[in-house]
Amino acid sequence: MTAPSKTVELSYRDAMREAIRDAMRRDTTVFLMGEDVGRYGGCYAVSKGLLAEFGPERIRDTPLSESGFTGAGIGAAMAGMRPIVELMTVNFSLLALDQILNTAATVRHMSGNQFSAPLVIRMATGAGRQLAAQHSHSLEGWYAHIPGIKVLAPGTLEDARGMLWTALQDPDPVLIFENVMLYNMTGKLAADAGAVDIDKAAVRRAGRDVSLITYGGSLWKTLDAATALAAENIDAEVIDLRSLRPLDDATIMRSVAKTRRAVIIDEGWRSGSLSAEICTRIMEQAFWELDAPVGRVCSEEVPIPYSRHLEMAAIPQVPRIIAAAKAALGRA
Amino acid sequence: MTAITDKPRLSRAHSLELLKQMIRIRRFEDKCAELYTQEKIRGFLHLYDGEEAVAVGVIPVLEPRDRIVATYREHGHALVRGVPMTTALAEMYGKQEGCSRGRGGSMHLFDRSTNFYGGNAIVGGGLPLSVGLALADRMRGENTVTACFFGEGAVAEGEFHESLNLAALWGLPVLFVCENNLYAMGTALAISESETDIQRKAACYRIASEAVDGMDVVAVEAAARRAVHAVRESGKPYFLECRTYRLRPHSMFDAQLYRDKAEVDAWRHKEPIVRFKGWLEANHMIHPDDLARMEAEVEAEVAEAVAFAERGTWEPVEQLTRFTYSDQAA
Amino acid sequence: MPSLGADMEAGTLVEWLVKPGDRVKRGDIVAVVETQKGAIEIEIFDTGQIEQILVDLNSKVPVGTPLARIRTDLETAAGAATPTPVTPPPAGAIAAAPRASPPAPAPTAPTPTAAPLPQGPIVPAAGRRVPVSPAARRLAELRRVDPSAITGSGPGGAIVRADIERSLGVTTPVPAERKRTIGLDLDAMRTAIAAAMARSKREIPHYYLQHQVDVTPCEQWIARANEARPPDSRLLMGALAVRAVALAARNFTAFNGFYREGSYEPAAAVHVGVAVAIRGGGLAAPALHDADRISLDEVMARMRDLVQRTRAGRIRSSEMSDPTITVSSLGERGVEALYGIIYPPQVSLVGFGKIVARPWLVDGAIGPRSVLTITLAADHRVSDGHAGALFLADIGKRLQEPENL
Repeated sequence: MTAPSKTVELSYRDAMREAIRDAMRRDTTVFLMGEDVGRYGGCYAVSKGLLAEFGPERIRDTPLSESGFTGAGIGAAMAGMRPIVELMTVNFSLLALDQILNTAATVRHMSGNQFSAPLVIRMATGAGRQLAAQHSHSLEGWYAHIPGIKVLAPGTLEDARGMLWTALQDPDPVLIFENVMLYNMTGKLAADAGAVDIDKAAVRRAGRDVSLITYGGSLWKTLDAATALAAENIDAEVIDLRSLRPLDDATIMRSVAKTRRAVIIDEGWRSGSLSAEICTRIMEQAFWELDAPVGRVCSEEVPIPYSRHLEMAAIPQVPRIIAAAKAALGRA
Repeated sequence: MTAITDKPRLSRAHSLELLKQMIRIRRFEDKCAELYTQEKIRGFLHLYDGEEAVAVGVIPVLEPRDRIVATYREHGHALVRGVPMTTALAEMYGKQEGCSRGRGGSMHLFDRSTNFYGGNAIVGGGLPLSVGLALADRMRGENTVTACFFGEGAVAEGEFHESLNLAALWGLPVLFVCENNLYAMGTALAISESETDIQRKAACYRIASEAVDGMDVVAVEAAARRAVHAVRESGKPYFLECRTYRLRPHSMFDAQLYRDKAEVDAWRHKEPIVRFKGWLEANHMIHPDDLARMEAEVEAEVAEAVAFAERGTWEPVEQLTRFTYSDQAA
Repeated sequence: MPSLGADMEAGTLVEWLVKPGDRVKRGDIVAVVETQKGAIEIEIFDTGQIEQILVDLNSKVPVGTPLARIRTDLETAAGAATPTPVTPPPAGAIAAAPRASPPAPAPTAPTPTAAPLPQGPIVPAAGRRVPVSPAARRLAELRRVDPSAITGSGPGGAIVRADIERSLGVTTPVPAERKRTIGLDLDAMRTAIAAAMARSKREIPHYYLQHQVDVTPCEQWIARANEARPPDSRLLMGALAVRAVALAARNFTAFNGFYREGSYEPAAAVHVGVAVAIRGGGLAAPALHDADRISLDEVMARMRDLVQRTRAGRIRSSEMSDPTITVSSLGERGVEALYGIIYPPQVSLVGFGKIVARPWLVDGAIGPRSVLTITLAADHRVSDGHAGALFLADIGKRLQEPENL
């Protein structure tokens, strides 16, 4: 639109760090709390260097007390602070599930709008590093089931950089899921990149033949699949959900009305997953537009295995996405 | 414990006020029981009979800016704190004039204007919350105390230990008040805790603590004064174990198969209202007219609350999804 | 009867602690009620005198039922004569009716949440194509109907299956019920059968042979064998038929295999397709695997199972695709001879007619015998009449020696 602005080369992890730094500079009620966020620099090195810049009160290392410190984050938010609670991974968040569901998500409704918990909870999610069954879950779909919270899945550098501030300004609890395979991803970002919206899906690649709907760690695999499909004359449209709760139905249905075919790529286990919800919404709202059943590419219904070839087979991969897209077009 | 805070301030006026507050809670709970049998109040109802001295002894010592977190047995705490009896009862009826708009019911009384943070149905769920409230105050350098009430049953939950550890580690101004009524629903303390001397557990987290006779409103008030003072001065947490007893069943639908009537009766003879009244009478600090006046005032207040709740209206069904998220959302 | 819990609907009065004439005050325990959680004491919330007990001991009454009448002190003081029940019924209800629903205004749909969702399906604007449901599309293709010429009765004017049927002048006689009882889509089945049979007659040059067999010894053998058996394990002629065909097929490989893409491949195993009629007009011939290798009893048991499962719509796909030769019998209700149509890619079908009493020559004398007509429908690309005759004769011979089946 205007003259090209400067860009910087950075990683997803760097972008997230910048987002935290920026938020903490702009708003003194923002602070980061979680295991190993301070002295260790963050399990995924997201908060490296922040302790030196902001001090131990605002970059607060916690003991291994997920329920305790998540509840504390909720309480601090109820008393007017804007905490960023970092749960090391979604796998450990289960220990804090009671506080997230029974306090954060419910307090506004339950108190008749007197109290709310405007905190942000960040978690790493996903498989791919051979961390085996207990460290490889993708449970963002579960969380997207809960009314009272918002759930985000930044899949790009812009979103890693820009979603956090908007989430902190939101008067409701917001969960941000960062796929572990994305932290090392590098690319170019506008030097003045800032806050972005947190309630719209984005069309990452426009197409005419099939809508590939996805988020987070599966986004780049889906884009690769779209490139491969183009070589076979299949023009795929790729939708990045960005927000898992609320879902941007309008963007999804607009796409399906155009392509008449949809495949959803979701790293959760197939049964009862977010992809099932999206399938149902497409059936409810765009049934008459469809030329084929909606397809899904999800994780196999197994605990994620350790050995590399099995782990790769368990989660969505480019060949399965290509096959599902072709199946939707009736091409084996 | 300094000499200043040791001495209870027992003027006649203050004493009568203490007694009235306890009677007020007792009559309110009694009326709730009646209304529950008539199906005006539904769901679960947990009554405070026998434990009044704890709420009445601790809460008036706090300042208006201090914060209170309580449990599902919180009617007494709410009333003493200043939540109007009218809106509290309307809440239990489910009417939109209730303090939580009828959304919460008996277990979820909330009141922002008195810094009353509920009303929590998850045992132990309020402890991390109180840690967070205190954390916010500490980070802003404010001289506020957060009082967290919980039963001895919560002591078994992991969140209890996580919260005490965090409060001690970060030096947070939390007053932990454990209302030890010897039963977690139907499970006696002796069969659920390896260490039944609850206040000793606080020592493991290096939190100053004491135990007090929870049936003695004067002793509770004196201890609370010491405790609140300590928290405000040091900014560090304090643990107060109030040893008390629950005269009624855990909730309305409880056959009390886990304890025998003789035990309940024995405690009934030393419950706080009987005890304090007896002491006041023995010390000629109360006159039968005082008592009659108190009862009449309380009765009138209760009747007014019932009338208010009965008159109350139902929130329109169309509003069901409101206040799930902020109304600011487009 | 007071409500003591969210899930309490009734209680049984097991003890009265007061009687008419007793004085009571608010808070007194007056009765004991047995509930699902145990015995609970009931307190009274009025002060006065008990006038009359209304409910007997050990009677279970719903929540809200008056238990006793009490004359309260207020009434006595006022000289009122109207008594007051101990537990006043809930407002607006008489007995155990659940509490009256709040007098809310007529319910309307709740207002949408933060992110507005499109209400209902995307219905195309005028000028765009009219939506056609998948079910309608399938039928339209099959019957060569152009949907665009039809008015739709579905949501938003969409064309649904019934619209296609109507345009064909077909009234579907409550097909849903048939489908419900069987668990099969009979319409689809008939369509598939039609396609298969047409193809068979089109592609396979059928020849037919017929052979009559004296099965009197067979019948006698079956009767003797069944004497000692309970009804559900008795042998039927059909099992002997399948066994005879299977054993014969082992040696006559031109009749047991598949003709595909211009060549014939005899099958290594013998999986006999057993034709089963389905109530409502369906027909299927699932495989009874390895009929040549299992005992006669086993064949009988598996046939029973196959028939039952076929009629219940629970056949496995391997059973549908595996038969190497088919046996069809019309049983007692049928006719004397059955000339079948081969199921491609198989190459033969052996038919068994009804057993009839016939005059027969035995040892030079004429006497009544039970006679069964077996027919062979076979693919002339693979075998000729000479081989077919030998095959049929072999089957007939085996039926003369039932003890060897």
